[in-house]
Amino acid sequence: MEIDEKVRESQAKSPVDVEAVVIRFAGDSGDGMQLAGTQVAVSSALMGNDIATFPDFPAEIRAPRGTPAGVSGFQVQFASRQIMTPGDTVDVLVAMNPAALKANLGNLKAQGTIVIDIDAFDAKGLRLAKYDENPVENGSLDEFQVIEAPITSQTRKAVEQLGIGHKIATRCRNFFAMGIIYWLYGRDLTATTRYIDSKFTGEVAEADKLALRAGWHYGETTEAFERSYQVPAASQAPGTYRNVTGNEALALGLMSAAHLSGKDLFYSAYPITPASDILHRVSRFTECGARTFQAEDEIAAICSAIGAAFGGAMGTTGSSGPGIALKTEALGLAVMLELPLLVINVQRGGPSTGLPTKVEQTDLLQAVTGRNGEAPMPVLAPSSPGDCFNIVIEAWRIATKLMTPVMILSDAFTANGAEPWRIPDITTLEAIEIEHPKSPTGMEPFRPYDRNEWLARPWALPGTPGLTHRIGGIEKADGTGAISYDPLNHEKMVKLRADKIEKTALLTPDLEIAGPESGELLVVSWGGTFGACQEAIVQAQRDGLSVAHVHLRCLNPLPRGLGAILKRYKTVLAPELNLGQLRQLVRAKYLVDVRGLNKVRGQPFWIGDITTEIHRLLGQEK
Amino acid sequence: MNATANTVPNFASDQEVRWCPGCGDFAILAQMKKVLPTLGVKPENTVVVSGIGCSSRFPYYLETYGMHGIHGRAPAIATGLKRTRPDLQVWVVTGDGDALSIGCTHLLHALRRNVDIKILLFNNRIYGLTKGQFSPTSLPGLVTSSTPMGTAHEPLHPLSIALASNATFVARSVDTNAKHLGEVLRRAAAHRGSAFVEIYQNCHIFNDGAFDFAKNPAIRDDHIVAIAHGEPLVFGKNRDKGIRLDVAGPEVVTLGGEYNEPDLLVHDEKADTNTIAQMIAGMRHPLMPEAIGVLRDVDRPTHNDLMRDKTPDPKSRETAVNRLLHGGETWTVA
Repeated sequence: MEIDEKVRESQAKSPVDVEAVVIRFAGDSGDGMQLAGTQVAVSSALMGNDIATFPDFPAEIRAPRGTPAGVSGFQVQFASRQIMTPGDTVDVLVAMNPAALKANLGNLKAQGTIVIDIDAFDAKGLRLAKYDENPVENGSLDEFQVIEAPITSQTRKAVEQLGIGHKIATRCRNFFAMGIIYWLYGRDLTATTRYIDSKFTGEVAEADKLALRAGWHYGETTEAFERSYQVPAASQAPGTYRNVTGNEALALGLMSAAHLSGKDLFYSAYPITPASDILHRVSRFTECGARTFQAEDEIAAICSAIGAAFGGAMGTTGSSGPGIALKTEALGLAVMLELPLLVINVQRGGPSTGLPTKVEQTDLLQAVTGRNGEAPMPVLAPSSPGDCFNIVIEAWRIATKLMTPVMILSDAFTANGAEPWRIPDITTLEAIEIEHPKSPTGMEPFRPYDRNEWLARPWALPGTPGLTHRIGGIEKADGTGAISYDPLNHEKMVKLRADKIEKTALLTPDLEIAGPESGELLVVSWGGTFGACQEAIVQAQRDGLSVAHVHLRCLNPLPRGLGAILKRYKTVLAPELNLGQLRQLVRAKYLVDVRGLNKVRGQPFWIGDITTEIHRLLGQEK
Repeated sequence: MNATANTVPNFASDQEVRWCPGCGDFAILAQMKKVLPTLGVKPENTVVVSGIGCSSRFPYYLETYGMHGIHGRAPAIATGLKRTRPDLQVWVVTGDGDALSIGCTHLLHALRRNVDIKILLFNNRIYGLTKGQFSPTSLPGLVTSSTPMGTAHEPLHPLSIALASNATFVARSVDTNAKHLGEVLRRAAAHRGSAFVEIYQNCHIFNDGAFDFAKNPAIRDDHIVAIAHGEPLVFGKNRDKGIRLDVAGPEVVTLGGEYNEPDLLVHDEKADTNTIAQMIAGMRHPLMPEAIGVLRDVDRPTHNDLMRDKTPDPKSRETAVNRLLHGGETWTVA
């Protein structure tokens, strides 16, 4: 390939090694920024880099063009070391129009690089972005290295030979911008070329490839850049890898859990951002026997999953906060029926419609306590995109062992972000053993609410002779399951259900402390903030501070040993993307005065948010 | 009723029936106990799902698998069950409040999808369990505990809604009309696809006599028309009246004078479109006799037919799951 030679040639000149690079593509929501960022991530992962991504886009599919409200961004970090986040600040900002520049300039590193499409910085573009004067000309960008690339006009010129319309030609701009970045950081074009051929045909595919190459040549020949860079491969454990987003990993986890337990997967959902992607993916798993159901509403989604669970399938449903609110009554039913069920909540900004595409962790209390009556259920949260796979399998193991619904709390950041993931060998994953009672040999009546050593009741399946029984939302008599309004029986059943959920703690791994076993400061985190917390703590430890980290993957019940761990540190800090929901739970349970670091801006934690707070608490302000 | 229970003990549960003495639900339960053993489906392969309300206590009284769900959601629960367990015969028992108010959406969608479930809607035009508030089928003017000045709004009409949802089987019967009800239930069970049956059911506590025109032997024959496939719509105590299709719609005519049987509308439950069925469903007391019987019974692929779910054996599923896990761009680190 001509390009491959060029890669070697240009890198042979004077590419400079760098450890990690953060790129942010920003443009209108129809400009293909998500595609650009994803392709950089895939290409980098294939070159052996560790990667982390952060898609940041508006809720509107085609928001008003050229305005800051309509800016869609995609941030990707690739590195020659292990990274846990998409990066706090951006090395290179690609701004396809003035609005994209305006909305993203704040995240740019000092002396960072800005690649702008200078063609878009005309009077109209500046007006839509509400710039009084052209920022490229008024000196306001002097501290940055600004590359004024005529992306639109150069793209059109590059595809001119195909004789395609102006509109299609312009739509290839993102590939031209990618080409520049690919040259700048020595990214291999092969995977993206392959992607173009798999997604597009005819002149569109040709145009995209021409634009990509033209962007590359632009970087190489214009001398706009002083030099190019390269990011060597990171060291990774042996194995076969791919990139996964959190939602992708949830879908794969659902299918794998069904397989490991020998169950038919039934996934039922009503479209909602940012959970719909799970439905899209599982609906393609038909060869594996997946059954998906796009229900008429959120309530039907969970109720059909309950029906499937009664019949013996792996009943699952997924949504986001507002949808979970609608499912609440049925969740209580599932608690009462004591049937296994998985409910995924991909959290987004709330309350109400809130910030549909942005991240928050504000549904923790909803998950733990948000039902009428005493209706406990296990609540688990994945700590990264790849961990979404494990958490589903773990959740299904708990659900079937304890005969209970289990809530999984993902979030928009984890759901949309991607990271390299070592593909597990499905044949070596531990099977999930499920027993269904067989037809009785004697004459004794079947007792659907008898309990085993886990306090779980039998999962008797319709179709089994001799086990006919009725279950429902009304309180049951212990053992027989007959309707009972008896006061003492009710209290007993309430306690039995609660005691059963407490046993979840025996089915989840022990907590691991990263850092000193006791001392000055313990950071307690949960869910998708894991990466930022982990990196912050490693940095603080490197700075010589006494700080330890414990991350919770199970939020209800709280893990064994947590109370004792908390008491071994002078200060406990709980960073959360809410106003202190875990803090409230931990304080209430252990009477430990946990401090909060709370952010509710629809944005993830930056590493710096947490290191700053650690330094402040330890009196070591930077 | 006792005699019925004794001859078919296998479908009667040991639970004490807790409806008010004299409730129309007893008659429907008796018919179900009579019909179920004749269907060739074993009790363990029968599931009854219900929502909330007096009628929704139904599953407890049958020795089958059953679920007493939450208000209005039985069709959704049944849909998930039938989708994953096509081998089971699934019944839904619901009421006018359950199916047409809080759970109306689920009813419409189960019917349009043609989920192979049998939905029995006990219509008593009142909320019974919550002590007598008006329901979505209550007639205007009805004084109830929440409408002391009389119910204000137009009612919903279950059969019209079912037909508008393109249901493949739509029928109506009356709780105490044992023979008719039994036959309609058998027809519903035999139908492949969603079967919707409205049953006029008297709540003698909160809305007694709501269906007197259809139940009272002294007058009912002049106010209901029992329709049958291929038969003209004849009714009346002396079978001297009929329904004729005029350009303006169905009209009642007296037979023997200007009009005779050949002039009458002949019922076709297999009609491709449901236009005529909607007209029949639109015949309402007291202006017209109300129809009982099967209004529509047509074939259409069921939800499960359309979904074409696969059930790979464990080995081929393992291969397929493995392929999934390795999807997209992969790379290997030695």
